[in-house]
Amino acid sequence: MPKRKDLKKIMIIGSGPIIISQACEFDYSGTQAIKALKEEGVEVVLVNSNPATIMTDPEMADRTYIEPITAELVCEVLKKERPDALLPTLGGQTALNTALQVADTHILERLGIEMIGANPQVIRKAESRELFRKAMENINLRVPKSHICRTLEECVRAGEELGFPLVVRPAFTLGGTGGGVAYNAEDLKAISTAGLAASLTSEVMIEESVLGWKEFELEVMRDSKDNVVIICSIENLDPMGVHTGDSITVAPAQTLTDREYQIMRDASIAIMREIGVETGGSNVQFAVNPADGELVVIEMNPRVSRSSALASKATGFPIAKMAAKLALGYTLDELPNDITRETMASFEPTIDYCVVKIPRWAFEKFPGSKDVLTTAMKSVGETMAIGRTFKEALQKGLRGLEVGRAGLLGDGKDPKVLSDEALREKLRVPNSQRIFYLAQAIKGGMGLEEIHQLTWIDPWFLANIKQLVDMEAMLAAKAAWGSLKDPLADLDDGLLRQAKEWGFSDRQIAHILGSTEDAVRARRQKLGIRHVYKLVDTCAAEFEAYTPYFYSTYETEDECRASDRKKVMILGGGPNRIGQGIEFDYCCVHASFALAEMGIESIMVNSNPETVSTDYDTSDKLYFEPLTLEDVLNIVESEKPWGVIVQFGGQTPLNLAVPLEKAGVPILGTPPDAIDRAEDRDRFCALLNKLGLRQPANGTATSVDEAVVIAQRIGYPVVVRPSYVLGGRAMEIVYDRDSLERYMNEAVEASPDHPILVDKFLENAVEVDVDAVSDGETCVVAGIMEHIEEAGVHSGDSACVLPPHTLNPEIIREIKEATRALAFELGVNGLMNIQYAVMDGLLYLLEVNPRASRTVPFVSKATGIPWAKVATKVMAGLSLQEQGITEEAWPRHISVKEAVLPFVRFPGVDPVLGPEMRSTGEVMGIDRELGLAFGRSQLAAGQSLPKNGTVFISVKDSDKAAVVPVAAKFHRMGFEVVATGGTQAVLQTHGVAAGKVWKVSERRPHVVDAIIDGQVQLVINTAEGKGPASDAYLMRRTALERGIPYITTLAAAKATVDAVESLIKSDHLTVTALQDYFEKDR
Amino acid sequence: MAQKALLVLEDGAAFPCRAFAGSGEVKAEVCFNTAMTGYQEVLTDPSYRGQMVAMTYPLIGNYGANPEDVESARVQVSAFLVKEYIDFPSNFRSRQSLRSYLEEAGVMGVEGLDTRALTRHLRIGGAMQGVLSTEDLDPASLRKKANSGPGLVGVDLVREVTCPKAYRWLEGRPGPEIDLGGEFDPEAIWKGGAGGFKVVALDCGVKYNILRRLAARNLKVLVVPAFTPAEVIAKLQPDGLFLSNGPGDPEPVTYVVQCVRALMGRLPIFGICLGHQMIGQALGGKTYKLKFGHRGANQPVMDLATAKVEITSQNHGFCVDSASIEDPDVVMTHVNLNDRTLEGLSHKKLPLFCVQYHPEASPGPHDADYLFDRFVDLMRGGGLPSAA
Repeated sequence: MPKRKDLKKIMIIGSGPIIISQACEFDYSGTQAIKALKEEGVEVVLVNSNPATIMTDPEMADRTYIEPITAELVCEVLKKERPDALLPTLGGQTALNTALQVADTHILERLGIEMIGANPQVIRKAESRELFRKAMENINLRVPKSHICRTLEECVRAGEELGFPLVVRPAFTLGGTGGGVAYNAEDLKAISTAGLAASLTSEVMIEESVLGWKEFELEVMRDSKDNVVIICSIENLDPMGVHTGDSITVAPAQTLTDREYQIMRDASIAIMREIGVETGGSNVQFAVNPADGELVVIEMNPRVSRSSALASKATGFPIAKMAAKLALGYTLDELPNDITRETMASFEPTIDYCVVKIPRWAFEKFPGSKDVLTTAMKSVGETMAIGRTFKEALQKGLRGLEVGRAGLLGDGKDPKVLSDEALREKLRVPNSQRIFYLAQAIKGGMGLEEIHQLTWIDPWFLANIKQLVDMEAMLAAKAAWGSLKDPLADLDDGLLRQAKEWGFSDRQIAHILGSTEDAVRARRQKLGIRHVYKLVDTCAAEFEAYTPYFYSTYETEDECRASDRKKVMILGGGPNRIGQGIEFDYCCVHASFALAEMGIESIMVNSNPETVSTDYDTSDKLYFEPLTLEDVLNIVESEKPWGVIVQFGGQTPLNLAVPLEKAGVPILGTPPDAIDRAEDRDRFCALLNKLGLRQPANGTATSVDEAVVIAQRIGYPVVVRPSYVLGGRAMEIVYDRDSLERYMNEAVEASPDHPILVDKFLENAVEVDVDAVSDGETCVVAGIMEHIEEAGVHSGDSACVLPPHTLNPEIIREIKEATRALAFELGVNGLMNIQYAVMDGLLYLLEVNPRASRTVPFVSKATGIPWAKVATKVMAGLSLQEQGITEEAWPRHISVKEAVLPFVRFPGVDPVLGPEMRSTGEVMGIDRELGLAFGRSQLAAGQSLPKNGTVFISVKDSDKAAVVPVAAKFHRMGFEVVATGGTQAVLQTHGVAAGKVWKVSERRPHVVDAIIDGQVQLVINTAEGKGPASDAYLMRRTALERGIPYITTLAAAKATVDAVESLIKSDHLTVTALQDYFEKDR
Repeated sequence: MAQKALLVLEDGAAFPCRAFAGSGEVKAEVCFNTAMTGYQEVLTDPSYRGQMVAMTYPLIGNYGANPEDVESARVQVSAFLVKEYIDFPSNFRSRQSLRSYLEEAGVMGVEGLDTRALTRHLRIGGAMQGVLSTEDLDPASLRKKANSGPGLVGVDLVREVTCPKAYRWLEGRPGPEIDLGGEFDPEAIWKGGAGGFKVVALDCGVKYNILRRLAARNLKVLVVPAFTPAEVIAKLQPDGLFLSNGPGDPEPVTYVVQCVRALMGRLPIFGICLGHQMIGQALGGKTYKLKFGHRGANQPVMDLATAKVEITSQNHGFCVDSASIEDPDVVMTHVNLNDRTLEGLSHKKLPLFCVQYHPEASPGPHDADYLFDRFVDLMRGGGLPSAA
């Protein structure tokens, strides 16, 4: 069936901010889909609140709405744009849920808009546990026995009937929020309460446990002619009980015979048909009883997903692109396979390698949370590795995870040896380090059968890991026998080759043998043990592949196709983590685009399967490889690039800059030494002195006593942090000597090798973020962002405004001059980011980063200039003058960036902002006036600001005077104001009528009761008393869990009251396309 | 360390490897299979007679071997080539490791071979003879051996794999041997078993799963040797004739072609793989050798009657040339979407149809299972769907 002619304009809903369980995989899918639709001449309208995405680039969709993804605003866009169809299957659960809400308003019928891909009925059938269970019964498939419950009492009754353990799964949530495993009635009550609250439909399923069963996933595609194909099968290393997003997963399935695989395939196809997904991709999850092969269906997602992104990267088959084309009416046999060109998309990819995906977690950033994996997803990113064996892929994946490990073992970083009892516990209860404990248990002689009994991990995986442990022992034995002078002398060709084939890095081998990485590299090269590159081609080499998508391995044939064109290698950011995510991928992708415009070959290196950068058609070549020195040097050796870009991928490639330069690799742009000048405390001071710039008083301490002396000299409060950390790890503001000593003794371990930085904390200062591009001759400020939250809140967690809303022209001029001076002095060539603070009219310099920053995509969206592209061209030799970019952009509209935080996923954690970054993503609000721009950003971040009702205020003493005008304004607008004792007294004194609410510690009904009863619509609570016992903590946590907007800084409270005022005045929000802002500005 | 081995192709390409099962020296055509599961079915498929098979999926042995997933009574391949042999099977049905399975069968298995390089070499250079040896590791000497003696073209391998005597397929396995040599009583032969139509399956190297799929339709199945004359089949008075898959070049298998020609139009006929090539020849067509064949479980085939695509299991090195068939009543029913080669035929006037691929799967998808129903319909007197 050829393409439908009636679909001329299609709207896509994006997935909004990056949150746990919804990351950049939906930018990858959405970007692919937009390109595919435009290729077909379709006009594309996009709604997405996330400015860090490629899909929201103004030149991607025809009409781009960076607006909150709410049913109300999506309806506004529909009314304004009148598309022929709405395609809801590309923006994750957010898009699917929003589309359902939109459909419920009947606007689609009224405007004659068709929902394509999956209609509301299909979505409900797949998402509602009850409907899904019935559907499965219709096709004789079994789902775990379960009860749908809508009240706590029903949950308890279900528990009695089914017996423990039980799985609690809320309907209509993201990544299993609120779900979990209950081992007893008490667990059941706690988890069910959270689950009922998290579910949009207030229903949870209490389900028979299939804990310990093997878990599989199949990625399926169907077209309008009912052709169905399986794109990829995935087997989870972690059995049922761990969310698939938190599992190590392997493609293809390893332990199924063809007979069992075909049963699963038949079931998947039957499910597609029964649920009725008309066109596009879906994901089906199964559990299999290892004892007898019994199969149960866990769930299906009628949309592209994190797994489909993984499947696309694992096979080379672009699921989202095909889904978009199928939605237009094409059938699979009409669409060519891009990779082979001569064959069509109606086939099933077959792979001749093994793929391993490993999640990355951030428990260390959430003190109070337990490092335990359950059915609710907690990981913030993932890495994927490809190898010819599972062992190779696993080790590549573990070193690509960038957690300081060079592989599974043998790098001297094994976890501390635990007692047998403690070790068994680490194996039995899934956790982020379990894979390393597995190796340790095997090493310690624990039998595979016992480990299997503890973990239920399939013996196949355990036996593979044992082979790696044995290899380490064999290498170590060689070292013991080798001569002291040259530990490599006795190492024979066969063993070394086998080690490399099993993914051992040179660093691991060096550590085991007591040698150095360089020596191992030299030795194996002398023996002719060299890396080769193989292609990901969808067809196991049956057809010629045209798309150069490579992975490394140690084998005989090298398929690398180095050209003699001028080429530039871009090092990506690796797995997402807090502080390093999609923003850096955005920059890398733009580098590729810029190089293409300049006719330079682009070579992307990255290990993150969720990203646009690892799409096979983003760059001229893609190397799906870990970002370690060894792996990068190997690519350099094969490709011999003209230059390597290290400043776009965040800290990952930056850390490689110096060693790469030492190895003679040409680094493009700012010289690596500039990074050191900016990061080394002494050199940085010298730099500022030379330029006459001011920084907060500071010192470096290598002991507790030194820290105390410094703090006394510069005066409290002080900011303390370990040197060389990312994202404010372990950073704290301390107000007195006691807290400083506690911090020094408990939080960190200071030593001459690991000094602690002590800075004067600038209280109530305004923080300013600046991005700039310099080519050595010209330096252009790309954007000046004024933070809403005062200094002390990590810049990544703070909201900010562009252009600045309170800074005077004099300070702005000073900022620009200081920026220019720094750029020229450091020799910046490309992007740089500077953080300033303004206090009492004085400008202080906090930090300089001569690299791309997290804010580059936001600034690009706000100003309409693709700064990462501009910077790439600068690095490749095209001056700013030649590019015609010599002046600052100063947009007339106001853009606000707001951070999105994952606190709800970490029970027990105090949801308060601080110097350590915890946000996973960001949203953007754009308007002509600040109040509405801020209001939009809050709405987009999920803080639905009330227009009436009750505001609860409780602030610390130092904020009490300043909160009065905020309270007064709420009062004037008709809000009822309530407060706890101290705050209420101050408000009353200043003539603001406020009701009194009891603190939790006083008596009931107290503030938390009021929040639970729905008597409060907005919470303003600035931190006083941290830790899980305090009143403040309980208030914040309750508001968070109930979805009531809460504000933890005074600055944000001020901005919020203005936003509420604007929202009330404006009656209802209108929508404006990004393209229109720049049209009008011009 | 495992014993060193070397595979050398007729053009001199050499692939070092290690034996994980057996040892010695073997000469055969070298081919690759792209299915990611189903190595035991591949090993026991009689169509692989005269070939050594490389699996493109690198990890083989994962789920061991079991007594059920067999397509004939023995391992058929000449040798088995893999990237990494897995010696710790994990599956609830596994009864032994692949190593012991191959060793019991006396078939050599090698690992550590760059199977992707081999696959690319065969894709570019075409199918080739090769010699695999643990005894002689001299590439020049092995190349010479690879070039000596005949290849697959012109050789009748069906004689090697067909059953010596007829048997009924009863309760999921071959029944006692039946002598069709002299006088026999057809009624006695068909007595017992399922109650449906009587089907004679001409065994050119039949896969058990074909018989299982026929039996699943409640058909009485009698398997007869490939050289069974047409008159004997006629005397059995079956409701339908099934022509099985089989190894090697279809051209020298003239006796089956003659048999088909004699029976065409007299009873419904269904052919799979080599059976399809027999019918193709009986209808006046010619066959030719494909450059490197189709072997895998992901080949897209379009049913031209419905324009629907089915993902199919395939295993063939030869193909019927559709242009060579002049009979205007012959209908092309199925086509391969990768290379547009002929995948199925039927006849406007005669009750027969056949496909080049494997609707019985095993290994592979079940998409084409409907063809067995089509055969039952044909025996019931129904027509065949016509091309859209």
